[in-house]
Amino acid sequence: MEIIKELKKDALKRILLQGKRQDGRHMYDYRPISIQKNAIPNAEGSALCHLGNTQVIAGVKFDVATPFSDRPTEGILSTGCELVPLASDSFEPGPPSPESIELARVVDRGIRSSGCLDLKSFFLEEGKVLALYIDLYVVDYDGNFFDAASLAAMAALTCTRMPKVEEQKIIRTESTGTLALNGKAVTCTFAKVDDHKLLDPSVDEERGMDGRLTIATTGGNVCAMQKGGWGAFTKKDILELVDISFERSKELCSLF
Amino acid sequence: MAKEKPQLIIDGKRADGRSMEDLRPIKITAHVLNEAQGSALVEWGNNKILAGVYGPRECIPRHDASPYRAVVRCRYTMAPFCSLEEHGRSGPNRRSHELSKVIREAFENVIISEAYPRTQIDIYMEVLQSDGGTRCAAITAAAVALADAGIPMKDLVCAVAVGKIDGQVAVDFSKDEDNYGESDMPIAIAPRNGDVLLFQMDGNLTREELSNALEMAYRACAKVSALQAAALKAVYDGPKPQASLVLGNKQ
Repeated sequence: MEIIKELKKDALKRILLQGKRQDGRHMYDYRPISIQKNAIPNAEGSALCHLGNTQVIAGVKFDVATPFSDRPTEGILSTGCELVPLASDSFEPGPPSPESIELARVVDRGIRSSGCLDLKSFFLEEGKVLALYIDLYVVDYDGNFFDAASLAAMAALTCTRMPKVEEQKIIRTESTGTLALNGKAVTCTFAKVDDHKLLDPSVDEERGMDGRLTIATTGGNVCAMQKGGWGAFTKKDILELVDISFERSKELCSLF
Repeated sequence: MAKEKPQLIIDGKRADGRSMEDLRPIKITAHVLNEAQGSALVEWGNNKILAGVYGPRECIPRHDASPYRAVVRCRYTMAPFCSLEEHGRSGPNRRSHELSKVIREAFENVIISEAYPRTQIDIYMEVLQSDGGTRCAAITAAAVALADAGIPMKDLVCAVAVGKIDGQVAVDFSKDEDNYGESDMPIAIAPRNGDVLLFQMDGNLTREELSNALEMAYRACAKVSALQAAALKAVYDGPKPQASLVLGNKQ
């Protein structure tokens, strides 16, 4: 199998030298994206995101919880991720892998630091707040689960029902309206292969890449970033990719 | 759960208007994932179950491999957001370990594993949304996914739950019927020869009720079986469509 990986990497580099990508896209093009909201009606909010052949489901649930002691008046946001083994032959059952923890934390940071959620509004009474759980389910993996997962999560939040709360109990069958959001956060993920930079890497491009950069933006601000892989980015690379992220984020936000 | 038991049968009809023998609406779609070798989505009432199959592939760890047959592995899990109740824990628990085991044993009966010594076949079932009867829907989905993966089998396993609500034998329980019924009996069969491959039961049934319930289960399984075959024909008659998940928006 190692030899196949090396051959695929060679093929990837050869075609990039000609200024092309294997599926004919331009360097900063996304694959076709479609988003289906309310895919899981049992959850308070949900969405299914297709990014090329990558498919990710996000589900949102509320529970009543005890606030963190250093933030007694704020609700809790908790993001989890499952790279379910049916999504790829490289995903295995078992405890969460470092990859799935990184994915959950990058999506969490993008949403949290964009300020789109008002966690103070989740306060119920002394010692009781609402906890909002976002769970990301990668069910079909053909590269770039970062952008697919953050689109699914953000789309799920835009259609999340606020459940009714009575005497510290959640009444899930009744809703008091939709979750209030202050803007949207979206991410753009780039791969670097030698000196080539490309948006939305496919799984073959990810396997051949040296480094990865995820940039989360909200409106005109960068709100989270994460570099992955051993490869390096220059200062110039980062600023260039931030500019492209601002440009692309408008299209992404208009999708849901 | 602390609610009072609702009346499950009103004027001879069940709460959702079904008769005792009616199944909930079932939609089966084969080939919904790109990466898995075989896959299927089963939407059964409000259940949504995604099944994926990999293999036969190299058996890891090697010492688990058999020189005589493929090792079959099963994993049934529920998504943290699948229920109408609180947020669940992700990953397997005691219940899902038991279900994974009995489901595996059902499929070990029909998969012609002798054809692939020293390999493993992985069957993954993810409950995306639960509404009573998830194991039967999961088995139904997994059988279609195995067929989509091209794994040779003696039969296409199908499953349904039967049991007793308000003193009457009925088929395919909804969530409320599951919670407040007197008896629940999930059953998986090989429809060609009628072999029972998975069989569990709890609650109380008389000898006669059991016999009626079994008859009812066989009749219901025949309906499920026809839907499985139709789902595979829809994909394999003509050009193979692009694999893509579509989850119903209706509740």
